[in-house]
Amino acid sequence: MNNIFVYCETEEGVVADVSLELLTKGRSLADKLGCKLEALVIGSKLNGVEKNLFPYGSDVVHVADDPRLSPYTTLPHTSIVVNLFKKEKPQIALMGATPVGRDLGPRVSSALYSGLTADCTSLEIGDHEDKKAGKTYKDLLYQIRPAFGGNIIATIINPECRPQMATVREGVMKKEIRSENYKGEVKKLDVASMVSPEDFVVEIIERHVEKRKVNLNAAPVIVSGGYGMGSRENFKVLYELAEVLGGEVGASRAAVDAGFADHERQVGQTGVTVRPKLYIACGISGQIQHRAGMEDSAQIIAINNDPGAPINSIADYVINGDVLDVIPKMIKYYKANTK
Amino acid sequence: MTTFKIIVLAKQVPDTRNVGKDAMKADGTVNRAALPAIFNPEDLNAMEQALRIKDQYPGSTISLLTMGPGRAADIIREGLFRGADDGILLTDRAFAGSDTLATSYALSRAIAQIKNFDLIICGRQAIDGDTAQVGPQVAEKLNIPQVTYVEEVLDINKKGTTVKRRLDNGVEVVKVPVPSVITVTGSAPACRARNARLIMKFKHAKTVTERQDANEDYLSLYNERPYLNIQEWTVNEVEVEHEQLGLSGSPTKVKKIENVVLQAKEAKMIEPSDAEINLLMKELIDSHTIG
Repeated sequence: MNNIFVYCETEEGVVADVSLELLTKGRSLADKLGCKLEALVIGSKLNGVEKNLFPYGSDVVHVADDPRLSPYTTLPHTSIVVNLFKKEKPQIALMGATPVGRDLGPRVSSALYSGLTADCTSLEIGDHEDKKAGKTYKDLLYQIRPAFGGNIIATIINPECRPQMATVREGVMKKEIRSENYKGEVKKLDVASMVSPEDFVVEIIERHVEKRKVNLNAAPVIVSGGYGMGSRENFKVLYELAEVLGGEVGASRAAVDAGFADHERQVGQTGVTVRPKLYIACGISGQIQHRAGMEDSAQIIAINNDPGAPINSIADYVINGDVLDVIPKMIKYYKANTK
Repeated sequence: MTTFKIIVLAKQVPDTRNVGKDAMKADGTVNRAALPAIFNPEDLNAMEQALRIKDQYPGSTISLLTMGPGRAADIIREGLFRGADDGILLTDRAFAGSDTLATSYALSRAIAQIKNFDLIICGRQAIDGDTAQVGPQVAEKLNIPQVTYVEEVLDINKKGTTVKRRLDNGVEVVKVPVPSVITVTGSAPACRARNARLIMKFKHAKTVTERQDANEDYLSLYNERPYLNIQEWTVNEVEVEHEQLGLSGSPTKVKKIENVVLQAKEAKMIEPSDAEINLLMKELIDSHTIG
């Protein structure tokens, strides 16, 4: 009882990275709290799914397997989560801040009357003293997230209501296997007793889901362009450098809005959060929304011709110059030095 | 002729997208006065979807519902200028400090009062919090289905609404029974501009509080032209349980707010010369950062 639950998303039986990242985080929170970590998977054809979840430290994997549960629709998934949570009374429940998690989370929180914090960038355990009420709360979940367009960082708590719910975007937490031999227990849920026929009133008429073409999270090097690149045409040098270095091309929101790069390449608070070994920011001024998505990169090179650009203050190397002049030189000398 | 009764939920928000240099004070705190209050962008996308239904089914009505302080009446006028039929401002000190759950409770109680609606449309999320929670929570409180991330309403009839959803890696076409809540994403078509005729018609539209401060000469207008009355509802006008409102109705509490102040680190300055870039690439290769 009172364990940590992670709602795990699947697409065609494959567990989403964000769910594995949350299990990793959930495992470390569970260690701190001395409780169990339980995974919940809802979908169809889920035979053997637990094999992917135990290594991340799941003590229990709840499986709701029914052909009607895939693809995701709001109401049946809500009913299963709500019924399970009423029975198991988790103290913490985590979901991905994905179209599914952001559809399901608020619905569940409303039904259970529990607090939900969206898009957390950090989760910690800590105490809280309510001086006015003269009450002290032990071991609450600190849900830390940017607000106000990223200009402030707020720590949110749910002192009274359970579960303490939070969503987290993909790439924000690290995915780490606890042990290949981690042993847990599978609990098959009796779906029929948890959903009602009215839960299936929403009908999916058509569905086209493509495999993601760009995977910024997996790239060791990201060459990212901003509005300062000036055009889609000028982005070509970034693709050339990325290819030579074995990396991917990212973009700031301003560059995406201007049509220089596609949305799936957007790095930042409203895009993808990345932490590559090397992040090369080209013609990016470094608004806080952008920095929030890349400042944990191991090394940052900023290339631009504005000595006052905010990005320069978090960079390890600043090259004050013209991107279209600098990048070809980087390609040339990378090749020269790796021969 | 079939008509539909649509409720659009909207929020007045500080324009956090255009945070200029003067919007942050030297100590790193937000200078709210420097941020203009605007109609939440995705709520305008939602408004456009409602207007398209009204175009297609003349006689359909759009009521704009917003919760906020008195000045939020501005966005109701903004909605009227673009084609909404009427507006309700839900405003009371009792709502202050609401988190998303207390907000959705208050909105759902107001909606329950409006009754007989076919569709509730709102933006997916507001730019001041980016939570995307109020739409689904309103749907849950009203016990009706929801569809989020909607890009286009493809068809509506008295049985159901068919919508196209825009997901991370694809699209979905979904049919949801009437009534439902749909939340519209920013990739949906932009809202049409204000209509000059409607600006003339509604420019004096005011709430009762605003009218009290208005020029005496105009007061008779509001009896002659009832459409100029923006309804203002307080906790007295909606059936609510007070403990579910405001701070007491909010499970989440803000423990701490930190301002984001850049911690400048010492960057190595590199000249864009061949020699220096050569050295940089060597250094990165030697440290196994690349290569």
